[in-house]
Amino acid sequence: MSDLNVMTPEQSAATKAAVMNQVPGPEIQGQSPLHHADLESLAQQGPKTGGVHLRELKLLGHLTLRCNPENGDQLAAVERVLGVALPLQPLTSTEKGGYSIRWMSPDEWLILVPGLETFDIEAKFRDEMPGHYSLVNSSGGSTVLELSGANVIDVLKKSTPVDLHPKEFPVGKVVSTVFAKSTATIRRSGEQRFELIIRRSFSDYIWLWLQDASREYGLVIEA
Amino acid sequence: MFHIYCPHCAEYREEEEFHAKGQAHIPRPLDPEACSDKEWGEYLFFRKNPRGLHHELWVHAAGCRKFFNMTRDTQTYEIKEVYKIGEQPSVVAE
Repeated sequence: MSDLNVMTPEQSAATKAAVMNQVPGPEIQGQSPLHHADLESLAQQGPKTGGVHLRELKLLGHLTLRCNPENGDQLAAVERVLGVALPLQPLTSTEKGGYSIRWMSPDEWLILVPGLETFDIEAKFRDEMPGHYSLVNSSGGSTVLELSGANVIDVLKKSTPVDLHPKEFPVGKVVSTVFAKSTATIRRSGEQRFELIIRRSFSDYIWLWLQDASREYGLVIEA
Repeated sequence: MFHIYCPHCAEYREEEEFHAKGQAHIPRPLDPEACSDKEWGEYLFFRKNPRGLHHELWVHAAGCRKFFNMTRDTQTYEIKEVYKIGEQPSVVAE
């Protein structure tokens, strides 16, 4: 991998991929994978207290970055674009303002950014990143659910085999694991708050699963 | 259930997250055209099935999606060692 990163400026320019803005613009309303569940109405009509709170962080920009963690120039370029460094330790994340980066694999990171900024950030990456790397906009492939509340850990324990004890799973840790009969990337964003990145095609299944699993604690929908 | 240490995530996870991918350390013949049918057939289809130590290829399918090797005792199910692709096992059969 390392020798591929030694490129002349001309070679580097030739690798510039054609980038297309996948979001038509703020005037057209996007639909999240859970659009049909109508969480806004449920938030208004449903219960206001309960052990588990669910909110969809919808229509964020999901960028999958693959690059060489040993290439200092690439790491510096990421920091120039996002203002925050790539988390290099396994299972960690970094965050600054609306931008967050999750470690997915030794050479892969998932960057979440506000939906309407995705294209600008992608274009900036194309200008700044040197060498051999891959950046893919996978926003349409997944959505983010935020679970919080006093019983959030009880619900997660029913769904996934990872150890959720604060000693093993501190705030900021990220794991990709099995969740119900699907998979999810789980990040602890607070003592009793977790973010689940789930596949678009499984979002309805996980929505039904979470309703069922949290019934005994009381589910509060937030919008 | 196995409790498997992923060398890339650097922690133990449940077997549910992994897939076994069969025997490890199978080099593809450098010049397939020069292989006899027997050599090519053995490369493609013939696998060890030892009673005792076995070097296996596993993938952390639901986690970091990286492949790694594992030395496992097929009789006791004990995992002797986990090591990354490209490394050599330190636990080997006599």
